[in-house]
Amino acid sequence: MKGKLILADGTTFRGQLFGGSNATTEGEVVFNTGMTGYQEILTDPSYCRQIVTLTYPLIGNYGTAKQFNQSRKSFVGGLVIDELCEKPSSSSMQKTLSEFLTAEKIPCLYDVDTRALTKKIRSAGTMKGVIVSEYTSQNTINEMMALPIRKNVVEMVTTPVSYSIDAGKNALNVVTMDFGIKRNILDALRKLNCRVTVVPAKTTAEEILALKPDGIFLSNGPGDPKDVPDAIQTVKRLIGKRPIFGICLGHQILALAMGANTYKLKFGHRGSNQPVKNLETGKVAITSQNHGYAIELKSLKGLPVKVTHISLNDGTIEGLRHASLPISSVQYHPEAAPGPNDSVRLFDEFIDNMRSAKGV
Amino acid sequence: MPKKKNLNKIIVIGSGPIVIGQAAEFDYAGSQACRSLKEEGLEVVLVNSNPATIMTDANIADRVYIEPLTVDFLTAIIEKERPDGLLATLGGQAGLNLAVQLAESGALEKYSVELLGTSIEAIKKAEDRELFKETMERIGEPIPESTIVEDIHGAIDFANKIGYPLIVRPAYTLGGTGGGIVNNEEELIETTLRGLKYSMIGQVLIERSIAGWKEIEYEVMRDGNDTCITICSMENFDPVGVHTGDSIVVAPTQTLNDHEYQLLRSASLKIIRALEIEGGCNIQFALDPKSDNYYVIEVNPRVSRSSALASKATGYPIAKVSVKIAIGYTLDEIVNAVTKKTKACFEPSVDYIVVKFPRWPFDKFVYADTTLGTQMKATGEVMSLDRCFEGAILKAVRSLEIGVNRLHMDKMDDWDNERIKKRLSRIDDERLFLIAEALRRGVATVEEIAEITKIDRWFIDKIKNITDMEVRLKKGEPLTAKTLREAKLIGLADKSISELTGTPVNEIRDMRKQFRILPVYKMVDTCAAEFEAMTPYYYSTYRGEVDEVEVSDKRKIVVLGSGPIRIGQGVEFDYCSVHSVWALREAGIEAIIINNNPETVSTDFDISDKLYFEPLTTEDVLNIIDKEHPDGVIVQFGGQTAINLAASLAAAGVKIFGTSVDNIDRAEDRERFDEMLTELGIPRPKGISVTNLDDAIRGAASIGYPVMVRPSYVLGGRAMEIVYNEEELRDYMSRAVKVTPDHPVLVDRYMQGTEVEVDAISDGVDVVIPGIMEHVERAGVHSGDSIAVYPPQTLPSKIIYTISDYTKRMALALNVKGLLNIQYVVADGRVYVIEVNPRSSRTVPFLSKVTNIKMVNVATRIALGATIKELGYYPGLVEPKPYVAVKAPVFSFAKMQDVDISLGPEMKSTGEVMGIDYHYARALYKAITGAGISIPKNGCILFTVADKDKEEMKQLAKAFSELGFKIVATEGTARALQSIGINAEIVGKVHQRSTDIIQMIKLGKIHMVVNTQAPGKHVAKDGFRIRRATVELGVPCFTSLDTAWEVMRVLSFMRDRRLVYSLAIQDYVGGGDALA
Repeated sequence: MKGKLILADGTTFRGQLFGGSNATTEGEVVFNTGMTGYQEILTDPSYCRQIVTLTYPLIGNYGTAKQFNQSRKSFVGGLVIDELCEKPSSSSMQKTLSEFLTAEKIPCLYDVDTRALTKKIRSAGTMKGVIVSEYTSQNTINEMMALPIRKNVVEMVTTPVSYSIDAGKNALNVVTMDFGIKRNILDALRKLNCRVTVVPAKTTAEEILALKPDGIFLSNGPGDPKDVPDAIQTVKRLIGKRPIFGICLGHQILALAMGANTYKLKFGHRGSNQPVKNLETGKVAITSQNHGYAIELKSLKGLPVKVTHISLNDGTIEGLRHASLPISSVQYHPEAAPGPNDSVRLFDEFIDNMRSAKGV
Repeated sequence: MPKKKNLNKIIVIGSGPIVIGQAAEFDYAGSQACRSLKEEGLEVVLVNSNPATIMTDANIADRVYIEPLTVDFLTAIIEKERPDGLLATLGGQAGLNLAVQLAESGALEKYSVELLGTSIEAIKKAEDRELFKETMERIGEPIPESTIVEDIHGAIDFANKIGYPLIVRPAYTLGGTGGGIVNNEEELIETTLRGLKYSMIGQVLIERSIAGWKEIEYEVMRDGNDTCITICSMENFDPVGVHTGDSIVVAPTQTLNDHEYQLLRSASLKIIRALEIEGGCNIQFALDPKSDNYYVIEVNPRVSRSSALASKATGYPIAKVSVKIAIGYTLDEIVNAVTKKTKACFEPSVDYIVVKFPRWPFDKFVYADTTLGTQMKATGEVMSLDRCFEGAILKAVRSLEIGVNRLHMDKMDDWDNERIKKRLSRIDDERLFLIAEALRRGVATVEEIAEITKIDRWFIDKIKNITDMEVRLKKGEPLTAKTLREAKLIGLADKSISELTGTPVNEIRDMRKQFRILPVYKMVDTCAAEFEAMTPYYYSTYRGEVDEVEVSDKRKIVVLGSGPIRIGQGVEFDYCSVHSVWALREAGIEAIIINNNPETVSTDFDISDKLYFEPLTTEDVLNIIDKEHPDGVIVQFGGQTAINLAASLAAAGVKIFGTSVDNIDRAEDRERFDEMLTELGIPRPKGISVTNLDDAIRGAASIGYPVMVRPSYVLGGRAMEIVYNEEELRDYMSRAVKVTPDHPVLVDRYMQGTEVEVDAISDGVDVVIPGIMEHVERAGVHSGDSIAVYPPQTLPSKIIYTISDYTKRMALALNVKGLLNIQYVVADGRVYVIEVNPRSSRTVPFLSKVTNIKMVNVATRIALGATIKELGYYPGLVEPKPYVAVKAPVFSFAKMQDVDISLGPEMKSTGEVMGIDYHYARALYKAITGAGISIPKNGCILFTVADKDKEEMKQLAKAFSELGFKIVATEGTARALQSIGINAEIVGKVHQRSTDIIQMIKLGKIHMVVNTQAPGKHVAKDGFRIRRATVELGVPCFTSLDTAWEVMRVLSFMRDRRLVYSLAIQDYVGGGDALA
């Protein structure tokens, strides 16, 4: 049936509504420029409650398969795309994208001029939007539009209970604070022989240290880092105790815990083609990114923190390292999925830090 | 890292003539290279033998040498110019091979020239099969089991171990020359032998065939700091087994999930790092459609055809960035030319789909084998962009100019279902159309077709979407606004919808306008709209709401490009389009170009003010005109492609700048042209136009045989033949042409005289003739296949006067505003007109370069209203220059196995080279050498000529004999020679065992062949086999006695003179060094 996406400023994009008249939704509208990886994007908890538009116009070509899910379920608010491929082809496919959207109850507006939408967001900044059917009443639309963008999204995606992933002999014990972790991060750590204990975002520093971790990992996750003050306090208490490594939201929370400040980017970085320069080697890696906030450079003044990576596109901070402690973090996703694997060695550094702290 | 401090002067090697496997993409790459070097303040010396290119323009490099691309000439130029660095990775395989040879000869070391970009070691690691294999094994990247053999025994041993099918690839060649898939020992032996001959190093790789797997390509870049990025991924519609140059290709990959995409991307980066390539590189993979298994098939350590495609597909200027890397910049120091803010160090993200479609020469080579394999056969390609595959593939098909506007070929209508289904397994140029036909008729399901063809079913499903729509329209579904919208969303042209529904095309157009079913235009910006971009590079789509083009209120003019490179319409016309765009911009007019060829300079987004990458059809062009409202359109520079659109555009009310549509028609319409000549009293060979066989026979009898026959409105002499009697005429009329009242056939007296070609510029009042070219081969050989000489060497001044006079009178009678090209034949002291083309021609770049007259610039200004006098030119024939320039054709016969190399009225050459010198003989020597023919200075010449040529041949053989050549001939010919005292050795005809001619050629006992064909179309099999043998063994073979005579004269003249002498074009036109 016919549907539309209406942005907070009134701009309307028309398309076909997948899933019938109940498939309406509201949320912050963001775009991702990756040409592959729609399933990984849809199951990345960092997109919790957001309406994601994909700039690539042919989506669903290879269907979906369970092994590519990045979390237990999809948390996205909605999907806006151009062509929804109904006849995909891939030997690994288990479901078509339509079947997946139905199963995950993801509202989707397709046959949309997503380039025009992207240009709108690029110039006006990310904003609230609603996906409704062509027949939804103006009142309903107004009500939906009036809803504030939900704040406490980490709480929706974090694991409700702790769990562990076992590893082999002499494994390093990593406690992961789950702000909305992607499965591939866990896979990357497991491959490096880490026994990972994933704990809810609300877990206290004492509880974490009681697990006797060799290192603490701060995961990616959705939303504004300032929305999780408890976690910031927790991390503050962990600094100096154990090696710490953070990714994305974890990186921002770590920076806030060290006394830096964060701010919202106009339209964020979301895609698989983001160049990041390593200031220590001068080399550039192409990275997978998904963040709407960044760390303010001037807030680092006087802090024992060094910028290790910057975005080559806009110069924003993409990586930090503590001046003296084995603490580092990156804004981007070295675990890939979706996106390039160029930076997967960053996990090695975390492993090395844990080993030297442990004295092995 | 800043640029290398030691560099001041750089020598750039171009790719030479256009041949199959190496087309205009290197003009684009080389021009971009030269411009970016100059941007850096470096002095640029360019060497390229191809005069039809933009890169050999005097303003592209500081010193331009249009000289043969051989070690001797390059060494001489290096010695003279003393460059600090050599850049060879932009000159295709030809450039790369030459760089390797120069390094090996010690020339680079001797003159302290640094090889820039990828090192010789890296080139060898990528190209030498054994080194490549070692490197891949070391880094753990899988390659198919293979072996390198230098003789046939090794090949057979390997086959016995591995089994069939196997793939045979010669090392160090262009475009896979001589390779192929073999299924049994017989094929293995044949292909291996051929491959060994073509390999520059006498090596052939034999490997397990993985035909049927997905073929995936990545364009990758690496800088000196080891930062690596991928520019573009590409997926071949045709699975492994068809050369990527002959495959339909889409970008980005469509059927790979993120895991597979990253798997191959990571492998690409690993490979480029291991090979230590600095610059761009193309990596090809085979991916098992049923698992994650893959093989690395090939690495090209240089800018390639695929990188030109990737550049145009993404907007990322690969050639330019490769050059900056070569002179020491790192990727993060180079600015992204598209956004001007971000850096070149990122991976383009596109928000559209790109389709590349090859353009094959089978319309010219009607007897050629049309099956596709590992040996590339396409001469050119088109590209299209859209927001869906269906729209993009249909645009590509429309751009091909092969007489189809959708996935439908008329001839298949006559094929029964059985034939359609059976043919699906055949891999040829028509397979896409056949698949569509099968789907349309329902003779095979998507699954069946995918199973038979191994083409991913994703593509087949998309084709079915198109044919389903066609079936709906054909079945009589009323053409409502909704249906029409759906048809346009699927990409069908108005003309196709008209064909299917019977609604006239203009009604469909009106209906579209009424219901606002119009395309929107989107920008190509490398970043999927993430950043603001400055690229004025657009494509159309019906899948979109918002149009991005900002239409200015400036004065603006549209220049129509010339579409894909094909025989008869090559890079020359792109050269002209680019110069016209430059002339417009110089005049302060907004220049908009429409073209669809990704290989060319004209489709570089910073050439024009706006580039529309679109098919060149009336509908597609009018859509742009409706949007832009230009002052008018220039059609005279885009070859026949653009000229053919003139009438329909004018009918739609578009102003055509330059010669009027009516006058174009007067030149092209036989009867109107005859009328004009009669009025002017200018003679032409007697001829008539006929619309049926009886008239043809009667007409030919009255004209007198031999006659030249051809369909009207031809391009490059298509289907033109000389027939010697009625029987042959009947055969021609039934086989070669479809004669109808709408498509008459022309029958002309064939005059065996000297052919002369003229390009002139007229403003309607005055005519300026920059130069006259005389052909070496007598009339009967297509002008594009003849050696042309400027200025004429044998024409008396009276004849030159007559030619100038005729040219002037015809130009004025046709009220030409701009360029015109005329072909004459001079016979028995009289001048006859053969044809007039009221447009730019193949020889315009050549003539512009040697005369230093900016012909296209002048013609463009005249089309806009300027006069010759205002522009500072004197009317009449321009005084000839004191030097001689020779244009020689270059053929791609090695790629087309079933094609007869014998020259005739049908054009066969794919490219051209130029030789320029103060001495005619050396200019000719350079042209012949540049064309890749290595003339032996002594040895053995085989003569085997038609009876009609025997008398003339005697003199020729005598002359060669006097130069010390040994003469061999078949019995009859040998006797004739012995009668005049030449000691000719007798060789056996083909199949006469022991001294069989073919055997002798194969054994290297014959060093040159002069062979003329007996009159008549029924090609003597022996002659054909001899000629093919010479192609396959690289032995010079001349099929016209005229060419052979000139070769003899060159040999005679060059005996006591030095062969290598080079001078920059700037010195010639500036009148510099005249010593030789």
